[in-house]
Amino acid sequence: MRAPSSEVLAGQVLLSVENVSLSFGGVKAIRDVSFDIRKGEIRAIIGPNGAGKTSLLNVINGFYQPQEGRITFRGETREKMRPYAAARGGIARTFQNVALFKGMSALDNIMTGRSLKMNRGFVWQLLRHGPALAEEVEHRRRVEEIIDFLEINAIRRVQVGRLPYGLQKRVELGRALAMEPDLLLLDEPMAGMNLEEKEDMSRFVLDVNNHYGTTIALIEHDMGVVMDLSNRVLVLDYGRKIADGTPDEVKADRNVIDAYLGVAH
Amino acid sequence: MADGTAEADTFPKLLIRNAQVRGLRPAIRHKDFGIWQTWTWAQVLDEVLAFSVGLDELGLRRGDKFAVIGANRPRLYWAMCAGQALGAVPVPVYADSVADEMAYVLDHAEATLAVVEDQEQFDKVLAVSERLPKLLQVFYDEPRGLRDYDHARLKSIDEVQRIGRQALAADAGRRARWQQSVAQGKGSDLSVMLYTSGTTGRAKGVMLTYDNVLISAQNGNTYDRLGESEEVIAYLPLAWIGDHIFSYAQSYVAGYCVNCPETGETVVEDRREIGTTYAFAPPRVYENLLTTTMVRMEDASAIKRRMFHYFIGVARRWGEKILNGEKVPLHARLLYGLGDFLVYAPLKNRFGLSRIRVSYTAGEAIGPEIFSFFRALGINLKQLYGQTEASVYIAAQPDGESFPDTVGKPNQDVEIRIAENGEVLFRSPGVFVGYYKDPEKTAETKTPDGWVHTGDAGFIDPKTGHLKIIDRAKDVGRLIDGTLFAPKYIENKLKFFPNIREAVAFGDKRDFVTAMINIDIVAVGSWAERNNVVYGSYQELAANPRVYEMIERHIEEVNRALVEEGVMAGAQIKRFLVLHKELDADDGELTRTMKVRRGLIGERYAPLIKALYEGATEAAIATEVTFEDGRKGTISARLKIRDVKVAPVAAALEKAA
Repeated sequence: MRAPSSEVLAGQVLLSVENVSLSFGGVKAIRDVSFDIRKGEIRAIIGPNGAGKTSLLNVINGFYQPQEGRITFRGETREKMRPYAAARGGIARTFQNVALFKGMSALDNIMTGRSLKMNRGFVWQLLRHGPALAEEVEHRRRVEEIIDFLEINAIRRVQVGRLPYGLQKRVELGRALAMEPDLLLLDEPMAGMNLEEKEDMSRFVLDVNNHYGTTIALIEHDMGVVMDLSNRVLVLDYGRKIADGTPDEVKADRNVIDAYLGVAH
Repeated sequence: MADGTAEADTFPKLLIRNAQVRGLRPAIRHKDFGIWQTWTWAQVLDEVLAFSVGLDELGLRRGDKFAVIGANRPRLYWAMCAGQALGAVPVPVYADSVADEMAYVLDHAEATLAVVEDQEQFDKVLAVSERLPKLLQVFYDEPRGLRDYDHARLKSIDEVQRIGRQALAADAGRRARWQQSVAQGKGSDLSVMLYTSGTTGRAKGVMLTYDNVLISAQNGNTYDRLGESEEVIAYLPLAWIGDHIFSYAQSYVAGYCVNCPETGETVVEDRREIGTTYAFAPPRVYENLLTTTMVRMEDASAIKRRMFHYFIGVARRWGEKILNGEKVPLHARLLYGLGDFLVYAPLKNRFGLSRIRVSYTAGEAIGPEIFSFFRALGINLKQLYGQTEASVYIAAQPDGESFPDTVGKPNQDVEIRIAENGEVLFRSPGVFVGYYKDPEKTAETKTPDGWVHTGDAGFIDPKTGHLKIIDRAKDVGRLIDGTLFAPKYIENKLKFFPNIREAVAFGDKRDFVTAMINIDIVAVGSWAERNNVVYGSYQELAANPRVYEMIERHIEEVNRALVEEGVMAGAQIKRFLVLHKELDADDGELTRTMKVRRGLIGERYAPLIKALYEGATEAAIATEVTFEDGRKGTISARLKIRDVKVAPVAAALEKAA
């Protein structure tokens, strides 16, 4: 049941990155990278530390502006992208270091993920009456579905700062899901987790992909996780693309073995 | 009320009666998406009717067995009633069983279909489906994750109900035919089959009739004056007779409302929101409540902490007397009243026990400290002694007669007898029909004139007239020098320390007594935090020398207590070790109801026991562990073994004299 289906491999392209380069002063973070993400797939991005993985995610959701190259998302090619516009356009993400409102409950944190979908203005929200109330009830229902989906019912009212790391990661995923994204970017969703937490998280990633049909791009260091979860793997090293293909292809690739997995004997 | 069971002698008949008599009263609630959803008796009848007709259309027949696997959810309870309406027999299975155990039960029971909660349970059934040729269909409650599965033999309960509703709509006589099928059922029919975990060997299928279950439930309701306005939380395994009686049978008989928690982890919170009036829990639950309270009080501000300890002191002194209606001086009453306002009421509210009328503990001995703590707060906590073979009720403590070390007086219509070897025997309307497909075991347990061997050694306490249970009859042994050795008795004493979660004592046909200890990670973890003890894992904490010292002190205390009690003075613990892993039901070390499987532990940890008796100070052990999905791994460790001071017997006797 866990193995990714091969049907999505033939699917249509949701996002494509063409010849993107990004540098900070003299440091070249990304050098001429091209790849695509197909609708409905789980796409892993791997590579040693400093390979440019997070930078690439930041380029996708407009946090960084690449000096060269083009990005096409849902058929729309653009040179400049702003994070706000990316979020509106259906790209949600989680961060390498959990970025939640620590003083707020898990429920409230996930509710913030709905803020882009709220139509009533600030004053209406304050009044909590009529259409604003109806709207809030609807959003709350969506959020409760996500809470149920991620099995975090027990911590609904708990301040996020008091939660263990693994659960914080799950809340963060919940907030990203609350945006009902077309493309979900996960930056090391399993970093710092123990085996059991990793297995839980892997299951949630698969379930999100399966249940909501969300396309997922994830950065991950755990090779086992990457090979099990993803349909296709992009390998970066020193900002360059060194391989791109199915987990099996990548595993067998000489460049990858040498650069990343270590030379096999 | 009293004649309720006379006319309505099966679950479906009771459901129809309840829908008529109290159709608008709540029958069951389930917290879903953060909100309590309620179904009235009339609505439940509607749901069960559709479900039942759907099952009929899909081929469930009179006499068929069907498995019910999952947590406490309304639709799983409805599944039982829906099947029973057709004359089929539900077989609830422990939701945390590993696939292999599940395969055994489903195969042995010859289940033709299974109603499961979710993907997790279905995966287990699927994993062993090759061994279950009789199992034709599976229905599930929670669709999540099951979308891509092959639906040839798999349907959602929604789908089953839709088929039922269609059949009802298409044929005006369908409902009447269903009612005829319900009317065909009678009290002496087989109602349910429950597999007892048993501390030895394979699970046995206990067959109970409607009369067994429903007369026992009626008697229980009368005993505690339970009516339609009770609120209970259903959170214990469906496959356990306790839940079957408290959350199903008694509710159908009395018409009270059963509340299904959101998840297993939210029970405490959910209980608080509901405010149960009638509760039932193994000692473990009360222990956990107390342990978490104490741990959290340690972190509270100094004023709060002092207030808490002062008023708990007041409660311990006067609370039980007030609860029992004894005479208490006025100042004590006032002080208790103030304590109630400041401490007890908020605490009870936290526990979700503000409205509690009757609260039972059963299954294991409860620590006297824990028992009196809850009673001191004004919670009517009582002990009960029961078995699957008895449809629960054997003995229970009447109101106002609660003692921490007895299990009470025989329940209504129950006779108790003590055999010559000390074993407790009983006879009651709840006595089971027999073990499914096992006449040999049935004959061993049940005499031709209806007496059942409980397998427990006990005696009637002359002071109170209550039954006291010492240990499993077969576990009571002797040391080589002839001293009486009742392992559970010693283990219970150890387990009453919050730091000790589980203990296993050895000594039968040995020179002296030794013990293996499991620390309680919550209590010891909190202690470690407060004392700057750094640890990375359970194993590391368990091996910490300061933890060993702490456990050693506890054992010395137990030894002193044993000496004071005389009979067991020779059975003091001489050596012990702290285990590197928690004993776990998944590894077969505990039963599903969390009782220690002594024999298996003895085999599995043989090198440790050898070291305990050979005087070694260290021992190496590698144990295989089983994860819930059936995969296996190995944990290995070197454990230290320590000697404990034994309290001098003569000195204590002198002091006593």
